[in-house]
Amino acid sequence: MIDERRVPIDRDVDIVTARQLGRELAAEAGFTGSDLTLIATAISEVARNIVVYAERGEIRLGRTDRNGREGIEVVAADEGPGIPDIQQAMQDGFSTGRSLGLGLPGARRLMDEFEIVSEVGKGTVVTMRKWRP
Amino acid sequence: MSVPILKQGDVLIASIQSALTDRDLLQLKDELAEKVGRLRSRGVVIDVTALDVMDSFATRTIRSIAAATRLRGAETVVVGIQPEVAIALVELGLTLDGIATALDLEEGLDVLVEVMEARRRDR
Repeated sequence: MIDERRVPIDRDVDIVTARQLGRELAAEAGFTGSDLTLIATAISEVARNIVVYAERGEIRLGRTDRNGREGIEVVAADEGPGIPDIQQAMQDGFSTGRSLGLGLPGARRLMDEFEIVSEVGKGTVVTMRKWRP
Repeated sequence: MSVPILKQGDVLIASIQSALTDRDLLQLKDELAEKVGRLRSRGVVIDVTALDVMDSFATRTIRSIAAATRLRGAETVVVGIQPEVAIALVELGLTLDGIATALDLEEGLDVLVEVMEARRRDR
């Protein structure tokens, strides 16, 4: 990740801070129009997941490139309870918290790449990327 | 950042001014449900023009505001959903089914009059 920025997440106002910074970085990286909103919304979903399920964690944001393509990378990391069944968590409408269960699957649809690594009792790391058109 | 709620006749207008935290949204829900009863309002307009992001939590809370105020005897219209926000909502798989929407406040008030009349006829 290039020019990585970190936003600590432990209460609801941090969700807003993270998505606003994400929008700014995406604009600096050359994204325009609705892509900025899609990126900010995806950040909002993964940041809320931290607040609701892990209580605290952090969002790391930065530019990235691969094979000459430029984009933005978002990492949401926490040391919370972890997700026992990732496949289930990625299904629309599945939720163990107080949500619609659209957070993670929604974020995946908004971004180009979405990876999730989770270990029960250790925590969860979500890595998302979006490439500039 | 609390949301100012204006009373205009039998309509309440909640005019969101800036990005809202989850807590702000929940507070808006409580205030609208309470005010609708206390002020005997028949309609609610929620102006979301200033929201640059509506994620699943915001959308769920707005749906629940509409449901709660309906149980308290008032209809809700959501106005000012930005074009980029509309695209993001569709991508997220979120809808505001059953909730009236309009482009801006002026049109929203017109829609509200129609919705309120339709409800009166149904009684």
